[in-house]
Amino acid sequence: MTATTTPPGTSSPYADLKAPTTLRRLLTAPTTGPLVALLLACAFFSISTDQFLTGGNFSLIVQQVMVVGTLAIGQTLIILTAGIDLSCGAVMAFGSIMIAKMAANGTLPPLVAIALGIAVCAGFGLVNGLLVQKIPLPPFIVTLGMLNVAFALTHIYSNEQTITSLPGPLTALGQTFPLGHTDITYGSLVTIALFLLLAYALSNTSWGRHVYALGNSQEAARLNGIRTSRLTIGIYAVAGLLYGIAALLLISRTGVGDPQAGQTDNLDSITAVVLGGTSLFGGRGSVLGTFIGVLIVGVFRNGLQLMGVASIYQTLITGVLVILAVTVDQISRKKSR
Amino acid sequence: MTATSSPTPVLQARGLVKRYGHVTAIDGADFDLLPGEVLAVIGDNGAGKTSLIKALTGALVPDAGEIRLNGKPITFSGPQSARAHGIETVYQDLAVAASMDIASNMFLGRELRRPGVLGSVFRMLDKKRMREEASEHMADLKIGLRSLTQSVETLSGGQRQAVAVARSVAWAGSVVVMDEPTAALGVKESGQVLDLIRRVRDKGLPVVLISHNMPHVFEIADRIHVHRLGKRAAVIKPSDYSMAEVVAIMTGALTVDEAGGTVVADSEAAKAAGVQAN
Repeated sequence: MTATTTPPGTSSPYADLKAPTTLRRLLTAPTTGPLVALLLACAFFSISTDQFLTGGNFSLIVQQVMVVGTLAIGQTLIILTAGIDLSCGAVMAFGSIMIAKMAANGTLPPLVAIALGIAVCAGFGLVNGLLVQKIPLPPFIVTLGMLNVAFALTHIYSNEQTITSLPGPLTALGQTFPLGHTDITYGSLVTIALFLLLAYALSNTSWGRHVYALGNSQEAARLNGIRTSRLTIGIYAVAGLLYGIAALLLISRTGVGDPQAGQTDNLDSITAVVLGGTSLFGGRGSVLGTFIGVLIVGVFRNGLQLMGVASIYQTLITGVLVILAVTVDQISRKKSR
Repeated sequence: MTATSSPTPVLQARGLVKRYGHVTAIDGADFDLLPGEVLAVIGDNGAGKTSLIKALTGALVPDAGEIRLNGKPITFSGPQSARAHGIETVYQDLAVAASMDIASNMFLGRELRRPGVLGSVFRMLDKKRMREEASEHMADLKIGLRSLTQSVETLSGGQRQAVAVARSVAWAGSVVVMDEPTAALGVKESGQVLDLIRRVRDKGLPVVLISHNMPHVFEIADRIHVHRLGKRAAVIKPSDYSMAEVVAIMTGALTVDEAGGTVVADSEAAKAAGVQAN
């Protein structure tokens, strides 16, 4: 028996697929929904208040979201692996207190304090990764535990005191430079650069492909020769590193080391990731989406504030948006099955 | 006893043993895969065929015995090392990343980078070349998917299996092992995968097919390796035996002697299986 069931000349049995057109691909791209939501929100606030659509206001929005945005990059990486990180805000707070205290009382030169603080945050991430991968434990539980550990350490180390009069290098990223008529902080640029860097790494390197494969199916990734254990631990460590950079951005924005900072930032970062179209089930999403998600949160907060809406309603609306975003994710996943 | 004038087996094992505590998963098993053949490996649940295949693909390290690849003794430290020697496995549960596109799946774990600084410093992937090469591999096996940029989850089960097979064939220098490739598929799609297996064999690549599906085994296999109680019970040609007889060998009701004749080991069981002794 040598004949195949497909006579030559006829189409192969596998060729019953429609090649997606560029338009179709654009419409179904996971970042399209969030982007449309962002543009609609901007349009709405531009009409509602004339203070919204100004360069200064947009610069402010980016400054307001740069800390959560940087956390959200790390959160995106972890959520892409079907994990979650509840500890990011607390780890960042501990990092910022470490940097502030070590530099303020002159124990260490400012730059060394910064480097050490960022390294400690990366260390927290590394420990999270090791616990998730090696024991193994569910990311939710590991990072919930680490949230409490980092929170407690922050308060113990700082004696519950806000650290003021910080040396110049710690707040350098809060300085601005003019771009046209708008003042931009260096910190905003750092956040945008990090988004671009991770977007590139995820979409254009083997490492990025492996992150997505891991999130799709750890078993499939392993069977394809990807060292999933190393990859997972590395992702948590990179996320920790990003939390360390967020700690520095936090100090530069507030000008102090505040032990109370960042307490809701873990949930805010998850909100941004989800609004940006990244699936909590792993394997789907992008940091570009997260950037849009972060901006959606920022634009809503800022716009509602300009309209004079009380901040508790901003929280209410953000909550509704998150539930909407997850619903869309769930429905589109079901459709693609 | 196996030293015949037949060509050197591509993959061969002698006296493989693997014990887990008191359980002997592989009990002195032999194995021979000849060039250009489809060899089906069948056996009852718990007969140890999975362990045998794992030993042959580097997923487990046997306690004793020898594996030869193209006549040369070889040891695999892990699945990676078996792959490095050109032994590729298509897994039952379709080891594909659903949200990723076909080309990405084909090159998963073996991505190509751009030449020059872009690749070496910026680690940039050569997406175009991967798409082109993926497209060639698919065309090579006459798998006509129109777009390699669509995600695997948009494909049917048979098409996904085709992608998994094409990926293995693309990288397999010596052997493709397929673990129950039709288990999750409907009738029509199973037929497409069987066609695909034939095309792989016609390319000259030998295929080890693990399957529970007797009709599929009889349709496609050149020889059948029957595994029982941790060792090889018989190697037969499907044309020489009926399905009922092969099932009887699997269950131990029939045994095959050195000359290839069947011996009734358990006449009751043989009768129950509807088999007469020759």
